[in-house]
Amino acid sequence: MREAQALVALRGVDKVYSNGVVALQGLDLAIGEGEFVSLLGPSGCGKSTVLRLIAGLGELSRGTLDWSSVQHEIGFVFQDPTLMPWATVFNNIYLPLRVKGIARAEAAPRVERAMEQVGLAGFGKAYPRELSGGMRMRVSIARALVAEPKILLMDEPFAALDEITRFRLNDDLLALWASQRWTVVFVTHSVFESVYLSTRILVMSTRPGRVSSEVVLQAKRDASFRTSVAYAEQCRTVSARLAEAMQA
Amino acid sequence: MRGILVRVLPPVVILIVALAAWEIAVRAYKVPVYIVPGPLVIVQALVRDWTTLYPSLIVTVLITLSALTAATILGVLIAVLFAQSKWIEMSFFPYAVILQVTPVVAIAPLIIIWVKDTATALLICAWIVAFFPIVSNTTLGLNSTDHNLLNLLQLYGASRRQVFWYLRLPSALPYFLGGLRISGGLALIGAVVAEFVAGSGGIQSGLAYRILEAGYQLQIPRMFAALFMITGTGILIFVILTAVNHFALRRWHESAVRREG
Repeated sequence: MREAQALVALRGVDKVYSNGVVALQGLDLAIGEGEFVSLLGPSGCGKSTVLRLIAGLGELSRGTLDWSSVQHEIGFVFQDPTLMPWATVFNNIYLPLRVKGIARAEAAPRVERAMEQVGLAGFGKAYPRELSGGMRMRVSIARALVAEPKILLMDEPFAALDEITRFRLNDDLLALWASQRWTVVFVTHSVFESVYLSTRILVMSTRPGRVSSEVVLQAKRDASFRTSVAYAEQCRTVSARLAEAMQA
Repeated sequence: MRGILVRVLPPVVILIVALAAWEIAVRAYKVPVYIVPGPLVIVQALVRDWTTLYPSLIVTVLITLSALTAATILGVLIAVLFAQSKWIEMSFFPYAVILQVTPVVAIAPLIIIWVKDTATALLICAWIVAFFPIVSNTTLGLNSTDHNLLNLLQLYGASRRQVFWYLRLPSALPYFLGGLRISGGLALIGAVVAEFVAGSGGIQSGLAYRILEAGYQLQIPRMFAALFMITGTGILIFVILTAVNHFALRRWHESAVRREG
């Protein structure tokens, strides 16, 4: 991917936590507009740290973080749905707009649209605890969508879900990505998930965290892709890269 | 409806059995009324002395409710202040603890000497007892906000005020209500203890004074009648606050939602 097109780029980034843990060292990565990039690596390789730095939820210890445009709306989806238990689905999704000072009545159509996009139409009055794990994650995604982000950062969003729900959410996410043309940065430790979803995979190695290799994927992804030979081959390639990264 | 019946019936049956056993025992062993009166005699005393006991009940209830209201307002305000910075909390929290651990019986005489108006003095005593659970619980609640939700609001560029109103305050609600339920009972205890210390107080005398007075006159049934009124008031406060708690949390908090079997 060419530098000039990068939406966001990290150059020579170190991140050292106050307890002395070196989470990242000499990390370089660039995310292009419209890409679906997965950060793949074992736990503790700093992939969540990368996401938090991009989101502006932490200071770089060294290096630079550059955005191509000043205005960059960010959507963030955590591993847990991270919903407000006291608020209805509607109010949870309304939160980012409420923070921006947009009145409820004015925000309502946008909230409704976000709910439709993730398949939550009609659930506005429900409370999070009344929903299943998969539905809660949909609320979390709708909340990230409602502010119409340019880039969506997802930190192992489906890790806690069962496989059936996970596959369905994978497909829904891909459909949304295809129709909305966002940029997505997706953190995962699943080879299969990363190959299924991404246009590019950055394999990260641990201690200290850095990008050890890159796999560019070009496949038309649909329901049959999961069982195709091409999918299996790509999974094998990425698994091998991951194994190298963990030995290095 | 059936659920309420199932929950209310067993304790009511126990109450009736216990009162009957009490009445039978008192009669069988011919216990003199000035040592332990039977429930029927106590009810008679309650009816006979209603004209003096009822105004006293009102006095005690008013002191209790004003103390609880003051404890709630000041407790929440101080907890909010504590939540603004760790330094404020660390500097002042020990003094809230001192206020809590000092027995109210021990400082009530001082307060009654310092404060001219007896009603105000009693109010302050009850307030001291009721204040701490609300401060400590609400402070804990305000500091227990989900970190990822805080991150999320930071990401969207929320102001401190927005974080406080949208996140901190609602997440503190269950903790605050838990504290309020404890404080409700404590405000009554504080009020009664302070009344005991204050002793006589002219026309404006609460139930504790009626107990002291009845004791001097060996009117043991009236002592019991006043005691039951205090207990009944305490139970009523608890029931009301439990209902408030349930109503506020029933849709979202684990404590108030029924588990499906």
